[in-house]
Amino acid sequence: MAQTYLDFEKPIAELEGKLRELEQTAGGNDINIADDIQRLKGKAEQSLRTLYAKLTPWQKTQVARHPDRPHFEDYVAALVADFTALAGDRAFADDQAISGGLGRFRGRSVMVIGHDKGRGTDGRIKHNFGMARPEGYRKAVRLMRLAERFGLPVLTLIDTAGAYPGIDAEEHGQAEAIARGIDCCLDLKVPLVSVILGEGGSGGAVAIAAANQTMMLEHAIYSVASPEACASILWHAAEKAREAADALKLTAADLLALKVVDRVIAEPVGGAHRQPERTIAAVGDAIEDSLKALCGIAPEALREQRRRKFLDIDGRARP
Amino acid sequence: MNWITNQVLPKIRAFRQRKDTPDNLWTKCPGCGQMIFHGEMAAALWVCPQCDHHLRIGAKERLGLLFGEAGHSRIAVPAVPTDPIRFRDSMRYAERLRQAWQRTNGEDALVVAEGDLDGRRIVAAVQDFGFLGGSMGLAVGEGFVTAAKRAVQGRMPLIVFSASGGARMQEGMLSLMQMPRTVVAVQRLREAGLPFIVVLTDPTTGGVTASFAMLGDIALAEPGALIGFAGPRVIQQTIRQTLPEGFQRAEYLLEHGMLDMVVHRRDLRATLSRLVGLLLPAGPRVEQPEMAAGPQHP
Ligand SMILES: [Zn+2]
Repeated sequence: MAQTYLDFEKPIAELEGKLRELEQTAGGNDINIADDIQRLKGKAEQSLRTLYAKLTPWQKTQVARHPDRPHFEDYVAALVADFTALAGDRAFADDQAISGGLGRFRGRSVMVIGHDKGRGTDGRIKHNFGMARPEGYRKAVRLMRLAERFGLPVLTLIDTAGAYPGIDAEEHGQAEAIARGIDCCLDLKVPLVSVILGEGGSGGAVAIAAANQTMMLEHAIYSVASPEACASILWHAAEKAREAADALKLTAADLLALKVVDRVIAEPVGGAHRQPERTIAAVGDAIEDSLKALCGIAPEALREQRRRKFLDIDGRARP
Repeated sequence: MNWITNQVLPKIRAFRQRKDTPDNLWTKCPGCGQMIFHGEMAAALWVCPQCDHHLRIGAKERLGLLFGEAGHSRIAVPAVPTDPIRFRDSMRYAERLRQAWQRTNGEDALVVAEGDLDGRRIVAAVQDFGFLGGSMGLAVGEGFVTAAKRAVQGRMPLIVFSASGGARMQEGMLSLMQMPRTVVAVQRLREAGLPFIVVLTDPTTGGVTASFAMLGDIALAEPGALIGFAGPRVIQQTIRQTLPEGFQRAEYLLEHGMLDMVVHRRDLRATLSRLVGLLLPAGPRVEQPEMAAGPQHP
């Protein structure tokens, strides 16, 4: 698969391009070239490591939106056995911007729900780029309640630019649907674990992410508004998105410090899209840790722990 | 009539155009553009006598309309850290806050009060759109949680008047987290069996609509109020279509099943009082002798 390079990865793209060229011409025979290849490989890896060790918030925003970044469907395919998708809000439609269903995660029956960005032009349109309408949030609520009735933990995978801003979405009560989503998350008496995989876009993300444990991939972003929207509202200039990304404190490290997220999951060098299998496995391990910690807790206590956690996000320092 | 046309109107026009006309003497109606005497506007509860447009009002005016002569007492909202992420756009957020506080004596965009509504004790939380667009950050979240806590402690209904552009971006994710935080406060009220009534006023959008404002046991709105999740401009830019007539206005939401009723400002107090009385027929009563003469709720 051809590597898609981001703008700031230009030096890496050049190195790796040269490397491929050399590898093709060498054909493995020439000792001198083989040395060069080794040297170049080391250099490319080192540059990538250095670059990714200190990504700016705006660069992370690009990585979080990378087209090859593993999506909901990739996680489900690798981590959930017997996945059985469930559909519909039982009121109006089935919104495929949010997918969900039953399955077995490392031996445990679970409900998995997440924003589904889709892949390829057709896939993206079918899933509306992961931007949900009220029907998506209502489906999520239905599935969470179903899980609760059968005592199953709920996993939510977050990856959305935000809730869909459209006429139909507003007519069908987008705000109410999001509010009920949050309400449901905070009312469940089963474990709820969320992972921010790519973009955690505002209300459309938190609607299914008010969890006992909220985890975040290292280069994911979770933000009150997209840097572009923030720039156009506060700076009155969309091109100030870079500044807005800096100011918003939307990176995993910042949000761990602010206690908005509970754990950061490290990504392979060069980002999740370079080694999807390793990334997905790391997310799986983190979810397993969370479930192990939460599954022994009594239903009422589980709910109260979750509520308490959000009540305590009041900006005051706690020991 | 000629006398009015020829003599009086030009004088009034000239007077209106005078640059030194104090701002507080005339109010220009955003609905019809008419200049209305401030006193007349106040007497009409800031509803335009010409076109019935409901003007945006501050928290002080709102509490005055709700509690009237009976009076009310403010409930202090505990202080929260200001400028938690040291935000700066074209101006430091700390400076923006300092300027906004000058108008409100240090209060943020949500104030809390407790008072009598026809002999019944209630808690009211009022958002002030004039303070940084009524945006919800730590202080608004704290205010809402304080209001709900007081309501639960005193077994009182909570009535909220929402007015907000959404989350306060200058507080980053801490502002977004006030959505789940305020929802927990709503759940505490619900589990205590207390009514939570929301009056959506112009405008209520974004993270406030998508959290506590849309979770009322009963949802009322003032006529013409803009209510939605995404703002109309964002929707317009996304879909590049003309928005339907009356889109996201209170009447439109009522038609689409998102509200219980749209209530004229002059009827609001009586409607709220009736609803509280019906929901809590034997509910918390004010134990004050002079209130015994008020309307009885069996
Ligand atoms: Zn008017």
